[in-house]
Amino acid sequence: MSPLLFLIFLPFVAIILILCGAPARLTSLLTTGLNFLLSLFLCYHYNLVLGGWQYLQETKIVPKIGLNFTLGADGLSLTLLLLTGLVSFTAICVTPKMERSPNLFYCCLLIITAGLAGAFSSLDTFFLYGFHEIALIPVFIMIGIWGSGDRQAAAWKATLYLGADSLIVLLGIIALYLSAPTSFRSFDFRVMAELSQNEISHPASWIYLLLLAGFGTLVSLFPFHSWAPSTYSSAPAPTAMLHAGVLKKFGLYGLIRLALPIFPVAVGKFSMLLLILLICNIIYIGYVTIAQRRLDWTIAYSSVMHMGTIFLGLVAFNMLSLSGAALLMFGHGLSIAVLFALCGALRARTETLTYDELGGLAQLLPKASLLFGFGTMASVGLPGFTNFAGEILIFFGATATVIINQGSKILIIAIIAALWGVVISAIYMLRAYRSVFFGPIFQAERWTNIKDLSLKEFAPVTLLLVVLLITGIFPQLILNLVNTAFR
Amino acid sequence: MNPLFLELTVVLLGIALLMVEAFFPKLCKKRLAFVGMGGLFFVLLLTWLPMSSVSIESAPFYTIDNVALFFKRFMIVTTILTLLMSLDYIPVIERGIPGERLGAGVGEFFILPIFACASLMWLVSAVSFILLFVSLECMTVVLYISISYLRKDPKSLEAGTKYLILSALTTGFLIYGISWIFGVTGTTSIAHLAESIVLLPASSMTPLLFGTGLILVALCFKIAAFPFQFWLPDVYQGAPTPITAFLSIASKAAGFVLLLRFLEQLYLIPTLGKKVFAITTLLAIVTLLFGNLAAMAQTNMKRLLAYSSIAHTGYILMAVASIGAALAVPAIGFYLVAYLAMTSLAFIVLMIVTETSGGDEIYCFQGLHERSPLLAAAMTVAMISLAGLPFSAGFFGKFFIFQVAFQQGHYGLLAVATLSVVAGIYYYLKVVKAMYWKQPSETCTPITLSKLTTVLISALIAVIIILGIYPTPILMSLQ
Repeated sequence: MSPLLFLIFLPFVAIILILCGAPARLTSLLTTGLNFLLSLFLCYHYNLVLGGWQYLQETKIVPKIGLNFTLGADGLSLTLLLLTGLVSFTAICVTPKMERSPNLFYCCLLIITAGLAGAFSSLDTFFLYGFHEIALIPVFIMIGIWGSGDRQAAAWKATLYLGADSLIVLLGIIALYLSAPTSFRSFDFRVMAELSQNEISHPASWIYLLLLAGFGTLVSLFPFHSWAPSTYSSAPAPTAMLHAGVLKKFGLYGLIRLALPIFPVAVGKFSMLLLILLICNIIYIGYVTIAQRRLDWTIAYSSVMHMGTIFLGLVAFNMLSLSGAALLMFGHGLSIAVLFALCGALRARTETLTYDELGGLAQLLPKASLLFGFGTMASVGLPGFTNFAGEILIFFGATATVIINQGSKILIIAIIAALWGVVISAIYMLRAYRSVFFGPIFQAERWTNIKDLSLKEFAPVTLLLVVLLITGIFPQLILNLVNTAFR
Repeated sequence: MNPLFLELTVVLLGIALLMVEAFFPKLCKKRLAFVGMGGLFFVLLLTWLPMSSVSIESAPFYTIDNVALFFKRFMIVTTILTLLMSLDYIPVIERGIPGERLGAGVGEFFILPIFACASLMWLVSAVSFILLFVSLECMTVVLYISISYLRKDPKSLEAGTKYLILSALTTGFLIYGISWIFGVTGTTSIAHLAESIVLLPASSMTPLLFGTGLILVALCFKIAAFPFQFWLPDVYQGAPTPITAFLSIASKAAGFVLLLRFLEQLYLIPTLGKKVFAITTLLAIVTLLFGNLAAMAQTNMKRLLAYSSIAHTGYILMAVASIGAALAVPAIGFYLVAYLAMTSLAFIVLMIVTETSGGDEIYCFQGLHERSPLLAAAMTVAMISLAGLPFSAGFFGKFFIFQVAFQQGHYGLLAVATLSVVAGIYYYLKVVKAMYWKQPSETCTPITLSKLTTVLISALIAVIIILGIYPTPILMSLQ
């Protein structure tokens, strides 16, 4: 039996235990903690020399149409499983006490965790699709009950947007499946890629566009991004951490697994389109982010903007840029989780996140300020953090494509835009940091009873930052893993 | 074993129960229901015995192929579920029927579905227009009685009358269509329809198409395809809830079996088949659009389920229009089984909530999670499955249907269906929203469930999830 199965089923067991009356917080902490340790162990245990798919397990579901439940992982999946373990554990750590049905909240978080673990370890497109879709209803329920701001509108928008987008992905997957000759048909993406590379199947390039639109929406690719900011700013902090930190990466993961290997021709044909969209993501959304006047919206938009850089890594399509993109996925997942966790902690204390009503909080909340400073640096991509290593690899890789393969002019423009994007993100993140934590204290009498971060908020965020620093200083730890996928 | 014994046993069971009810009026009515369920379960087990084939000479109107056997089981399970639901419905019946003694009329409420079950079992085996017509009428007569069963409730009477008039009208269409087809081909056999049509001269195609059209109208009434769906919301709302569930599941499934048997024959004749399947595709499109768009505006739970039932007819019609694909018939069978599980779960929860909150509007579901977490979870699973989200039976159902439609190149239909699913996510989640986001109103108290109901609800949740992960047994039994 594959150890990956435990990653998926442990959260479900925990849910049943909670329904039977086990203490919700403790059970969830233990489960996600165990999952985190297990994924860490799997990364360590993975045979780098051998590479390829390991921990394989196959169960036949509908043999007649080649539908199996196949589990397996390579370096890329393991990196994302590690990300899932880390972020879900910290998300449950920072979950505050709540008055309305806390058990339901923990159950929802566990369902999302299980779905993510399943999505990143399934080799079958059907289950890949199914597991990522599990998150839809829990997120709907969580934003509606525990969200803030205009939460009902945000919940509807996110659910309908992502529901429609996942249907487009489903259509793409079915079309891809049917494009192979009858006797070869399989839902396994390894088989699909092999068939396409050996020219046994000839998937039409419109299928690539379906997949790009579907997965692109989940990654909030311009112009399908408008669900993301409202969702992330309204969602409770743990939900936003999981959604922006990990679930969003699933869209990129899907593109890397399905679109790139199966449609080498179409990817080249439509690279122009994708480049223009990602430039919009970086520059247009970058300026929109600068215009935000609230901390939660700034962070939410920043997560949309950073996706542009990762897309650049995918379009450049060489070993360097792809592994850089994977590294940045990991780094961005952690850094955005840090920021949303702190954002949630601040919201609980100040009840407002508008820049005009905040200021000078560093004097009152020194710990929060310190951590937010680190989070800002990580998000901007300062050397020493994983994001820096990822971005630099993407830039090098993309430039290599320009020089070696006579890449198009638009690719050069995209690289320059992405470099400029680093400056843009420095502007809005530093401004956010300044307006919330520095300067004179605004309305000092309001904050007389404010308390700094408690241990259960401080420790998990520190854990995330420590991982960011370690993998930032020794990016080889992750790169060795990730490279096995792009060999 | 001779398959004709199956229906015979069910009829005898019904008659025996009626006699017991008549001669022992003091007997506890619940016992009748349990005996009925036990008897039906016994017949269900009998269907797994090896069947001797029915010779063409002795019964040319009857077939016992995989489809017939599958749907016989389907009908028995539906009836058992209806009887189980009826147990929780006893207080409403007692209020709805003015009688000298308490419990009058309760017994018959348990027995009538058994007769309907027998006629449905004949219906799915019918390969002759005559048996088709007779068994369809048998079922409808039982439904006339059951729908207007609560004679103190004007809504129930209204529903019964509407169903009676419209159903009688479509019966006219059906018998008229049958006589046209008989007039042209000289046969009442469905199984040999294609053979007879091939021999016909080209000039008789027009009357044949006319007859086909009339029969399609009657069948579309049964499955509630647009534009023959007008009766549905009112009848659903007025009928006793267990009967609504029975009507929504069994009657629809029967309609689809007949449609399949009829269209399979026409499919064999390219010239005629093309026209008929163009009509089916069109019907699927308009049914999908109408059902989903109309459902979005509903505030009453029963009406929401009624319009959603129209929408599901649309999805199944997609598969009917793609009948050329190898997986089309199993896809329809699987979808109906999924529909059986999720709809009955939704109706059971609806029935309990109506009984404890005094209404079947969606706002009556507010805060259900705090009143009974199990009921809220059950309704959520039912809604997820109806909406077609992964790892529920409904998802696999839609997945197979989308796949066969893709295979047959129905791209326009697929686009409409995609939009419909999104609309579906919206209106099903309206219920989820009411249950979780909103607080219960102060007058509402926590709901306690009987042990039997708890087991039934948990079992249905399990069935929906298991079928959502492992659909093969159902799929394979229709190959």
